[in-house]
Amino acid sequence: MLSRVASSLYWMSRYIERMENTARVLDVTWRMSLLVKEPRLQDQEWFAPLNITGTLFPFSGRHTTVCAKEVLHFLALDPDNPSSILSCARQARENARAIRGSITSEMWEVVNATWLELQRIDETAMNSGGISAFFDHVKERSHLFRGVTFGTLRRDEAYHFTRLGTHIERADSTARILDVKYHVLLPSVRDVGGAVDYYQWSAVLRSVSAFEAYRQVYRDAITPLRIAELLVLREDVPRSLHFCMRQVNETLEVVRNDRSGETLRQAGQLLAQLRYGRISDIFATGLHEYLTDYLDAMQALSGEIQRSFFSPTLPD
Amino acid sequence: MPLKPFYNEMYEPDGSVRPQYAGFAQWLRDTPPERIAQERHAADLLFHRVGITFAVYGETSGTERLIPFDIVPHVLPGDQWDRLAAGLRQRVTALNRFLHDVYHDQEILAAGVVPREQVEGNSQFRPEMVGVKVPGGVYAHIAGVDLVRDADGEHYVLEDNLRTPSGVSYMLENRKMMMRLFPELFARQTIRPVDHYPDLLLETLREVNPRDVADPVIVLLTPGHFNSAYFEHAFLAQQMGIELVEGQDLFVQDETVFMRTTQGPRRVDVIYRRIDDDFLDPLAFRPDSMLGVPGLLSAYKAGRVALANAIGTGVADDKSLYPYVPEIIRFYLGEEPILRNVPTYLLRKPDDLAYVLANLEELVVKEAQGSGGYGMLVGPRSTREEREKFRQRIVDAPERFIAQPTLSLSVVPTFAGDSLGDRHVDLRPYVLSGRETRFVPGGLTRVAMRAGSLVVNSSQGGGVKDTWVVN
Repeated sequence: MLSRVASSLYWMSRYIERMENTARVLDVTWRMSLLVKEPRLQDQEWFAPLNITGTLFPFSGRHTTVCAKEVLHFLALDPDNPSSILSCARQARENARAIRGSITSEMWEVVNATWLELQRIDETAMNSGGISAFFDHVKERSHLFRGVTFGTLRRDEAYHFTRLGTHIERADSTARILDVKYHVLLPSVRDVGGAVDYYQWSAVLRSVSAFEAYRQVYRDAITPLRIAELLVLREDVPRSLHFCMRQVNETLEVVRNDRSGETLRQAGQLLAQLRYGRISDIFATGLHEYLTDYLDAMQALSGEIQRSFFSPTLPD
Repeated sequence: MPLKPFYNEMYEPDGSVRPQYAGFAQWLRDTPPERIAQERHAADLLFHRVGITFAVYGETSGTERLIPFDIVPHVLPGDQWDRLAAGLRQRVTALNRFLHDVYHDQEILAAGVVPREQVEGNSQFRPEMVGVKVPGGVYAHIAGVDLVRDADGEHYVLEDNLRTPSGVSYMLENRKMMMRLFPELFARQTIRPVDHYPDLLLETLREVNPRDVADPVIVLLTPGHFNSAYFEHAFLAQQMGIELVEGQDLFVQDETVFMRTTQGPRRVDVIYRRIDDDFLDPLAFRPDSMLGVPGLLSAYKAGRVALANAIGTGVADDKSLYPYVPEIIRFYLGEEPILRNVPTYLLRKPDDLAYVLANLEELVVKEAQGSGGYGMLVGPRSTREEREKFRQRIVDAPERFIAQPTLSLSVVPTFAGDSLGDRHVDLRPYVLSGRETRFVPGGLTRVAMRAGSLVVNSSQGGGVKDTWVVN
């Protein structure tokens, strides 16, 4: 398969996944912001989505205050923010358009319609049915894309690179969402373990659709340690780091070539850490520090994938 | 305001149906108008869904448009087609010989049959190609020769398209659509098939493979999805089972062309390119081209890759060379031309210029290097103001123009709303040249959808029809 085509497939699904995950991050932030708190902490949680998506710097270049209205617009509908939901939908669509011949018409129609719909939505429309309804809609479009891909695309390289994009992006995003708690301060130290803390952690769980999974696995109170275990180490939770890295490794095994040795090694190393890691060790290092290292490793892996599959050159 | 009566492809002058249309006419009488209306509507939906659209330059909104498709076919009797086919084979063979000659020994220039400055002074002449040995000696592997039928019933060649002729995907899709909508039409008579065109094209491309390998790597090079003919590029690549590549997918190392794949670089042997010469290689031609492949010309000159069509074919399909084609056929083949040429005035000749300026309202004036029906004057259908404007353009640069008498293009009945009206058509057969010459019977029929219009180009609102050769 042409590298350009593989690259477009990979980025098409990465952008769809990123669009969904931005909606998830905004949704969890919105839920947290509904809690009553002291005036001095008003709006402080809206720094979190900017930190998670790495857009605090461009945001502060154009806005003077961090508040719900501004951040929501910036990350959902701002066409000038390349990380906004709208921009992700556009970039997914541009990638799909360049390779229409390599995807099914159903896939094209989903990606194209998603972009066309989002283009027509303004702030009034976004808020009219409740902001969560908007996020639900974005998530549904992403679910639809994956379902249509699963149900219509031949299981050849096109399918594998599409799946690779989904899981690389998700492996990155779940780590960022989990780290959200690091960026959201509790009103005071004595609130640790209190109602606000509980509510924030359960919002994290819900944002990655893992609330029911938590209940089934632990049948017990929500604690940060277990949540981290569920989302980092559990192999059977579809948005956990372990699950995503296993998918990434399986896909890389199928598409491997004579230049992908280092890519497979890095992916394998990440998987081994998740497979044999212990949550107590992770907390001993500090969850935030662990996730930061992990995100750096993901970044390196992403670059290796780029090098070994999308920009081949002859050996010197 | 017709000057002469038109040749009607379906009806004799006395109103009776021509024999080749007998089957269709009978079907038209037997089929309820509601069913025809319903199927025409279905055709529109299907073309939209399949995405058979083309981009229109200069239209800002909705740059993708559907080409109107008409269900009344353009039917040619088998014996007429066989004669046309012989003429096409002869003409394209001679033009390929001509191209080889002008880039090598230049015998035809030495003999004074074609003026030297006509060739070497032409912007389409590529000095880089002088002395280059191209695989199989073939230059124009794919030619699209535009034919029209005048009031006298004879076919004339309007132009030879030897660079990157397009439209063949419409020929194939039109046939597929007709067979899908009206299968009974194909059961009641023998209509010669066209759907093996991609196989013939692939065979032709295989034959010019410069490397001695059983399974050469063949690719189709497209400018990308913003190009007006992108649909066709994707369609043909898919039909032939070859990769559709853009310039960025290819690179040249050690005078060898490679494509970037997920399994590493893969050597490319034959490139069916749908990019103009100027944009092929930024190192050799336009340096600002983002569409081409740096170093491609060097690999080509080294004989390590085949290009179809070759670089520099434009010198043989230029409108100012056109008048010399009958002489070119006589020179190389020693035969009388089978297909007729339209009498053509070259405005760089003072006598021709004077005649044309005095008779503008009767002539068609075109730019020698224009295409797509842009920037031409159809004298009998022009206003005085348009003629005066054009006159000034001619006087400013006469060498850029040619003129021809207005041909009265033949007509085929065509649906306009729910009733039939006569509309002008032309015919573009596609001639494939490898080690041998191949074609499918018929070609692409283009139709001017507006009553009286002679402009059939899709970019100017023209439509298409299925073309039948019946025995």
